Formats: sequence, C-alpha cells, structure tokens
Amino acid sequence: MNDTKKKRMNMAQAINLAMHDAMTLDQAVVTLGEDVADREGGGVFKCTAGLSEAFGTDRVKSTPIAEQAIMGAAVGAALAGMRPVAEIMLMNFMTVAMDQVVNHAAKLRFMTGGQTNVPLTIRTATGAGFGTGGQHADYLEAWFAHTAGIKVIAPSNPADAYGLLLSCIFDDDPCLFIESLPLYFAMGDAPLQGERIPLGKARIARQGSHVTIVSYSRTMVEVLQVAQDLEKQDISVEVIDLRTISPLDMDTILESVTKTGRLVVAHEAQVDFGVGAEIATRVHKELFGQLKAPVARVGAARSPVPFSKALEDVFIPTKQRITDAVLEVLK
Amino acid sequence: MTDTNAPDTATLLEIYRKATLIKIADDRFIELIKAGQIASPYYSPRGQELVPSAISVNLRADDYVITTYRGIHDQLAKGIPLKPFVAEFMGRATGTCKGKGGPMHITHMASGLPVTTGVVGSGLPIANGLAWASLLKKTGQVTVVNFGDGASNIGAFHEALNLASVWNLPVVFVCQNNGYAEHTKYEYGTGARDIVDRAIGYGMHGIQCNGNDVVEMWSAAREAIERARNGQGPTLLEAKTFRFRGHLLGDDGHYISKDIMQAAVAADPMPLLRAWLCEQGHASEEQLQAIEDTNREQFEEAVQFGLNSPPPDVSELTKDVFAEGAGV
Repeated sequence: MNDTKKKRMNMAQAINLAMHDAMTLDQAVVTLGEDVADREGGGVFKCTAGLSEAFGTDRVKSTPIAEQAIMGAAVGAALAGMRPVAEIMLMNFMTVAMDQVVNHAAKLRFMTGGQTNVPLTIRTATGAGFGTGGQHADYLEAWFAHTAGIKVIAPSNPADAYGLLLSCIFDDDPCLFIESLPLYFAMGDAPLQGERIPLGKARIARQGSHVTIVSYSRTMVEVLQVAQDLEKQDISVEVIDLRTISPLDMDTILESVTKTGRLVVAHEAQVDFGVGAEIATRVHKELFGQLKAPVARVGAARSPVPFSKALEDVFIPTKQRITDAVLEVLK
Repeated sequence: MTDTNAPDTATLLEIYRKATLIKIADDRFIELIKAGQIASPYYSPRGQELVPSAISVNLRADDYVITTYRGIHDQLAKGIPLKPFVAEFMGRATGTCKGKGGPMHITHMASGLPVTTGVVGSGLPIANGLAWASLLKKTGQVTVVNFGDGASNIGAFHEALNLASVWNLPVVFVCQNNGYAEHTKYEYGTGARDIVDRAIGYGMHGIQCNGNDVVEMWSAAREAIERARNGQGPTLLEAKTFRFRGHLLGDDGHYISKDIMQAAVAADPMPLLRAWLCEQGHASEEQLQAIEDTNREQFEEAVQFGLNSPPPDVSELTKDVFAEGAGV
C-alpha cells in the first residue's frame, strides 16, 4: 500500500518545518520568544529547533521572560516591514501581552487609515491533559475572535499546522496561531512541502448525512473517534474541521447543516460566550425553519482547568459528552 | 570654527520655528475645541515645546518617533505635514488616518511617525521592534520613543528597557518628565528619586537634562542619538519639563500649588528662548516675528483646509480592518 510509505511526522515537527521553509523563502521572516534560539534549546517544545543555527541569532532571538516586550517588539518589527513570528509559550501568558495584541496589533491598520499593517503571527500553545492546572491550559480563542483586526487559527493535525502556519506568516494581518499541547506529539501525515492552506476555509474531515459536528484543534481527535463509533449504530456524522476560527467559514457550515439539519459544536474552550455560541446564533438565523433540533454545544466544564487527573479527564469535552450531544440532537 | 557642543544659529532658529509652531497649534486647537469646531479630548503639550524641537533637529527624516496622546509637539517637531495633521484632528477624510485615528492616534509613516498610542507606556515595547528591524535591514535608523514620567511606573517600561539593553538596540527612550502623572505629583507616584536612575537597573546609558533649556536638551539628544546610531545601544533620556495646561483640557490644575505654578510660569521656556536668541545675537526681533507669522499663516491654512474637508464616508467603517479582500 502506498499509504504505509507516506512520510509521517508530529505537529511540533510540522511547525518546525513551516518555520524553516518560511525563513528560507523570505528574509523578512524572523522569530522571537522565550528560549527559541538553539543556545536555549530551540524552544521548550522544540518547535524552533535548528532555526538559529540555520538563520542566525539576529533573526531568531531568544528573549527575557517578558511577554509585553516580546509582543511589542513583534508589533514594531511588523510595522517596519518584517514578518515576525512571536512565540508566546502558553496561551495563558497571552494575558500578559493583551494590550499589545488587542490595542495595537489588531487595531493599527484601521486607526492609521491603512497606512500601516501588522503582518505578525503569534504562535501559542495550550490544552488540558498534562496536569498543568489552572494557568497553563486554557483555550482563550473567543477573546481574540471577538476582536476586530486579528485572525484566529487552530490546526488539528500536522499537515494542517504546516500549511496554515505558512499562510499566517505570509498574511498581511495579525494572526493568532493556536497549537495544541497534546497534539504536538501526535503523528500524522507529513505536509506537502511549500503548500499553503488558505485561511478562512474549513475542511470537511468526514462526510455524513444525519448530523454535522463542527470542531477544531485537539477536540477534532475526539470528534473523529465519536463519528467512527456512531457509524456502527448507523448514525452518519459529517465532521467539519474549522481550521480558521475567525474569519469563520459559514458557507461550509451552512451547506453541511442544510444537508443534515442538525449541528453540534464541540471545542475545548468553555461553552459560555464561546465560539459555539457564535456559530449556533448564525446557524439559527440562516436555517431557522430547516433545523430538526436546536444547535448543541459541547465544551469544557464551567471551571478553571483542574489539576487532579480525575477532574481533568472530565473537564475536557469527552467522547461521552460529544456522543450524548449528538444523540440529543437526533432525538 | 563651529562649536560642536552647542547648536549653531541655523539649528537654533529651526528649533525656534518648530517650538513656536507647536505653541501656535496648541493655542489654536484649544480655541477650535472651545468653539465646538473640534470634538475631541485634548492633551496640551504647552510648556514642553523645546523637548522634541531640540531632539528632532538631530534626527534623520527616516528615523522613527513614537509618541502618546499628548503628542502634537512630537509630531510637529518631526515634520508632519500640517494640512492632513489638522484634518485628522477634526476627523476628516483628508486626515493622515482618514479621520479614523484621531488626535490620540496621529500617524504619518512618511514622516517617520508610525505609532501614537493612547495607552500609557505601550510605545516603548514597540520601539524595540522598529529598532530591531532597522538593525536587520541595516538602515542606520534610530527610534525615539516619547513618554511621560507616569509611564515609567508601568510594566511595559521595565520590560522594554531591559530588552533594549540586552539586544543593544538603537532606541532613545525619552521621558518627558513634566512632574505629574495625570493629577498625581511625581513624588507621590514614583519611587525613584529621578527617572534617569532607573537606567542603572538595566545596564543602560542614562542622561538627565533640563528639557526647557535649548542647549542642554539639544546636547543630550545629540549624545543619545549618536550613541544609538553608532551601535552603542539605547539611552534613557530624562528631560525635565513642565505641563502648563493640565492633563486634559478642562483640568483646573487644583493639584498644583500656586508657588509651583508661579515658578513654572517664570521659567516658561518659550519667552525665555525668544529673549535669549535676541540677546545672544542669533536673531533680531523682526526675524523671530517673521518665523512666528509664517507659522501662524501656515497653520491657519491647515485649519481652513480641515474645516473645508468632508468627513469620511460611512463605508470607511469596515475598511482597513483587514487587508482589502481578506474578508471579515
């Protein structure tokens, strides 16, 4: 079989490859963040390993532990025509740099009447499953999707991570690229080198006819397993991997839900005021008369990320909770 | 022989031209706001005119200047064209930012003014990135970032100074210390005896000067800018000055004692500079009057241009949020 010969890699390797290819392609691509240079280990998750050796420490700069300084320097470099990739080690540390992201990166194009733009990519990782507790694992994508002027991207597999990261780096607007900690180590098909995946376009990850599940990032793993399991009960699930959260690809979602009449949105972020709420509202508005059931949402428990494994395991949207939601909309 | 430690006559007159333009603009903006012709909060730089005027004569056209909501002095000194500048203040389509930024976000890339922020301290981390890009592109540009004494107490100041130091960036951090953070007096809000002392904590070169003294300010700026240009790294430059018209237009200055205000008025840098230029024989009364008249005339032309300009079309509301064609 050809498939067995296909090259495989994990998401951390795919990100590393994308960084390497982008820096090779364009001198304007630079990166900064805590420990990103090889002298410091090439990033705590090794996503930037080998880059400073290949491109030098002027373009690959380790920084002090200072997220405001990192983000500000990235914004300034972007204003001066560079394409910086700022690594914020964990998404919770984005909170330290919010002023630069929300008040500056996202708004400068508009506030300057289009004189300036901020072609900045922020790479940040998150996700429960490693016992990191309440300040190292939150999914905060809704905050950024709520902000005009920044795009939000969340890949679910190595090949997507590669193609989407390349698109982010060469996009002329700021992009927040959310990496899943557990997925760093999950193997998948290697990307086609050099191939960019367009931003703002979702992917039908699995075709089905009874119900649509929209998901992204790590939760895609559970969702695909649920879809496979439900097939045994003759329930046909269509799965949409958003890839880009904002701008949201409503065309793909509406087309699918028009066909199935039922929708579940599943993500690891909190349900309340989240991405699922936005999608549900838009779907209800467009397909009110055609829906066979109200849109269901599945997400993390309404609590900070817990430490104990016993709690962490049920905090995330488990296969059981996703399955329950699907059966609920099929009632 | 030219004395390289003091500005020559031509430089002094250029500083005077910039400083009087700032004062004229400040007076006129206040009139226009009070007359209801501009609807905006206004943060007057009256009293701080010499600081950017003496800095900017040491800068290249392509050097970057970042400033804050109290920034018209920095923008005018850097050479922003008057008509689109005033039009932006008025929220008109012909403004530098098409009326979408306003007084707190005046930007003019072509004049080397990439960022004006309304958030205290936020310009400092951004300055580092501009300077990093200048090093990568080997352009020799220097980035000057202006802020007040209040900004030296926010986290961004400390993160930015530290990074600039360890990366040896061509940045001049100009603290225009006017003695008040909004209404809070320096002594009540700042633990350091002097702002310049904070440079030591980052292994950075520090200079303190009287920002209201033209020769001192010019020399200090020249030293800091030359160091940055020559690869000697960043400088924290504390320019001591005073703010005559409060934090925000309408501020009655109740928190400033009479004695302090009287002393400040007696030391107002604008009449003092004017008298000094005549005394020292750099210019005649008539020459200075001519500079002022030209400034006034040009500024008035810009005011009329602004008043006669249309507001932005409502379609502008959703433009420039993302690159054109990028979708929502």
